[in-house]
Amino acid sequence: MTATQDPARTTEEGPDRPAFTYIGKDRRRVEDPRLLVGRGGYIADMKLPGMLHAAILRSPVPHARIASIDVSAALEIPGVVAVFTGEDVKAHMDPCMNFGPATITQYPIAVDKVRYVGEAVAAVVAENRYIAEDGVDAIVVEYEELPVVSDPRAALEPDAPVLHEEHGSNLGYERTFEFGDITAALESADLVVEDELHWGRSAGMPMETTGAIARPGHNGVLEIYCNSLNFSYLQFLLAAALRIPSNKLKMQPVPAGGSFGSKFTAHKVPTLAGFLALRTGRPVCYLEDRLDHLMNSDHHGSDRYYKVRMGFTKDGLITGLDVDVVDDYGAYMQFGVGTHGNALSQAVGPYRFRDLRYRLRAAVTNKCQQGAYRGFGSEVHNWVLERLVEQGAAKLGIAPEEIRKRNFVLPEEFPYKIPGGNVYDSGNYPGVLEKALSMIDLEHWRKEKERLRREENRYIGIGIATTQERSVFSSTEFWFWFDEPPFPITSSPESATITIDPTGAFQLLLHCQAMWGNSPETVATTILAEEFGIEPESVNVSYADTSRALPGTGPGGSRFTVMVAGAVRGAARKLKKKLIDIAAHTLEVAPEDLELVAARVQVRGAPERSLGLPELAASAYFFALNLPPGMQSGLEESYTYDHPYTTLPSPDRSDLGVFYPIMGHACHIAVMEVDPDTGMTKFLDYVAVHDAGTVVNPKSLGGHVTGGAAQGLGSTLYEELAYDADGQFRSSTFLDYLVPTANEVPPFRIGHVETPSPYTEYGIKGGGEGGRMVTPSAVSAAIDDALREYGMHVRELPIKPADIVATVQAARAKG
Amino acid sequence: MTTTENPAATDTRTITLRVNGREITRTVSTRTTLADFLRDDLDLVSVHLGCEHGVCGCCTVLLDGQSVRSCLMLAVQARGHEVETVESLSADQTNLHPIQEAFAEEHALQCGFCTPAMVLRCKEIIADGRTRTDEEVRREISGILCRCTGYQNIVNAVQNASRRCASTGQEA
Repeated sequence: MTATQDPARTTEEGPDRPAFTYIGKDRRRVEDPRLLVGRGGYIADMKLPGMLHAAILRSPVPHARIASIDVSAALEIPGVVAVFTGEDVKAHMDPCMNFGPATITQYPIAVDKVRYVGEAVAAVVAENRYIAEDGVDAIVVEYEELPVVSDPRAALEPDAPVLHEEHGSNLGYERTFEFGDITAALESADLVVEDELHWGRSAGMPMETTGAIARPGHNGVLEIYCNSLNFSYLQFLLAAALRIPSNKLKMQPVPAGGSFGSKFTAHKVPTLAGFLALRTGRPVCYLEDRLDHLMNSDHHGSDRYYKVRMGFTKDGLITGLDVDVVDDYGAYMQFGVGTHGNALSQAVGPYRFRDLRYRLRAAVTNKCQQGAYRGFGSEVHNWVLERLVEQGAAKLGIAPEEIRKRNFVLPEEFPYKIPGGNVYDSGNYPGVLEKALSMIDLEHWRKEKERLRREENRYIGIGIATTQERSVFSSTEFWFWFDEPPFPITSSPESATITIDPTGAFQLLLHCQAMWGNSPETVATTILAEEFGIEPESVNVSYADTSRALPGTGPGGSRFTVMVAGAVRGAARKLKKKLIDIAAHTLEVAPEDLELVAARVQVRGAPERSLGLPELAASAYFFALNLPPGMQSGLEESYTYDHPYTTLPSPDRSDLGVFYPIMGHACHIAVMEVDPDTGMTKFLDYVAVHDAGTVVNPKSLGGHVTGGAAQGLGSTLYEELAYDADGQFRSSTFLDYLVPTANEVPPFRIGHVETPSPYTEYGIKGGGEGGRMVTPSAVSAAIDDALREYGMHVRELPIKPADIVATVQAARAKG
Repeated sequence: MTTTENPAATDTRTITLRVNGREITRTVSTRTTLADFLRDDLDLVSVHLGCEHGVCGCCTVLLDGQSVRSCLMLAVQARGHEVETVESLSADQTNLHPIQEAFAEEHALQCGFCTPAMVLRCKEIIADGRTRTDEEVRREISGILCRCTGYQNIVNAVQNASRRCASTGQEA
């Protein structure tokens, strides 16, 4: 398909949209009963016979050559089985999977050098975790410390100390994309807003850490049970690192206690567990503790420094956006710069401007490596975009809701191709804004703001922000950065297998790591119920291991609901055809005269002539001579659903192709009070309206929005994975890294708008990340608005009370 | 002292305590936390370890009816006490306790990792039968971190559970 061709449209949009029985209803989740009795089946709950436990010695210094490691005292401890260091991994495995530069390699235990505080230096394997940690304490390491690179901008200076000698510099990657003519767009503008912004580091920080159990199994097969990784997509890369054939590595997904990106492709924990099991010949569990996870989770989130410019006409129309960003990737570049591909998928937001320049420099520093966190980098770009729109509105004297209305892409303009090439499938941005405005009395709050300031000396701010919520990634964003990509992947499928057993009961097999706290089983069984007219709760769901898994990609980029719905519906169509063919043969009517209604195949117009699923299943399994000639016994069908709309980038990258077209949208309005003397903030109201296309389950989508918004709030006001100028990590416990409690998170009021996607089954769009993608913008705008008289202007996240107080005091000192 | 002579690694005590209504006697290493004892020795894996330094609250259990962080207690400190985990409400997925029902109805859980702790804390705070404002509930559950829900549905579940337990007369 070329970039100009439109894919097949589905029938779910418009007035002919079918009525659904289960889709769109608030339903209890099928995952909940087991979780409510404490039987979530997490990795820590699993015990294998003879299982050993690993604990990791982590580097206390940010940059050093490892001069020596003495493990002899550790090995003398009763119960310690073995100790492994970088020498062992170098001798017995290949570097970890890596989508970054080939000259920046990483092992699960540091080889020769440590490059950040918390990097693994040695692994102790023992009879239990207590003894393993005794072993860690007994290891003696001599470090020859090296100069430290902490600031990513300083890292790019010519005289900066280099982390990876083979790479030659700390510039991991650089590219500038220009779409349209940014110079002309800014020159023709009546107003150009310039800014420097910093989005600080936070991370998904689920309550459960990452863990894996590896066991040498039968036939030389290594089994790895883990709560991370999109393993049916990437398992072969783990096998390669472990130097075993991919068909000798069997990975089994284990439900996770949250991810939010932190377990997306998190590969070092299962790789290390696999290595330790291979070396000891015994089952080994490695489960991060919270300190491990804070300083060395597979990845922290984005950490970006921006210089940006946006042009406006005097009427508030945006003319163009010029972005120059330095992203602090930490010590390794395991996933390349895909998080910026994400930003480019919605680089212009919901707005109509056509001129865009995006310069990216990826810096390597002495910090933990970077990766996925809810939004995958597009949330950062959205904050930058909305910061600029906010300033443009303020400088031009246009209300924030009005400037957005003037710039929105309108409902009749879809599908809409943005600068850079991605397509927005559908949307109703004015409708979402109107819905949000209808849920809150803005005029009341604007008057109240004036009154409270005047009469009670209180400072109220109102923040309005929007976001695009790109969903359903295709994979080209990971490689279109390179002119000659080594592996230009274009697949990101999802699969499902439906089995009706001999009694007519349903089994549903999913083919990916799926249960990360989202609702994969609720979604998949809702679709199955919709197709067959059965109760969702009657379906048993399980997950395939890699020895039998069909192509799958797993959750990520808000893709799972759309993709699993496509897979389940595809398999359902095949299975329904078989049921109807059996019934047609049995009832001696033409297949086209039959329909499947409420778990029965019946004659159209004569529903008394029908066969139930148990009767059809019995025929399928036990009475081959009653089946149509040539039909195979059994009732099982699989379907692999490919991404509904992906196109290739052009060779010269003047067009990046369609890579993230299923486009949701959201608008948040925050009303906050800010205390100028303490810098403390408080929410007075908060409205969040999201459009994720056809909603499968309003209650669970609302849960995603609320939870995402709470995380956005954390990234905006509280959470910081802080490093000091010497590269020392300063957020190594939950007393330092402040996850919001129920006291900090306001009662968000949620609204839904439904603009079905024309390209997906049922018109569903993804909705897992939007909450976090817009809160930072709304809260930043509200704080600015509250303290506008002091010139408050949020430039850095998280916004600390001390920064607010300093701004106020400086303004007051000036008088 | 070399670590091979570490007495903490080998010292044990025999303790008797009540867990979910049953008297239990076990010999445990003195350095074993209550959380690890419940999980590893008694297979009560509903006790989840989120941080092991007393902040996240996912390991909350009730000790003589009051919530404690079982990662900050040693098993030997629970000697002679009564411990309750979420299994004491219901361990039967097909017959949940009204508090567990309230959590399911309000969609007060996503990944389920903080859920047993939140359910136990709910049981503790609604036991007095008092009507609470949402703000009070927020304050009372703020010792347990939830990363999924944004808390609102947990607040709703606590209120729902409070109503259920009041209307059925069932002890919370």
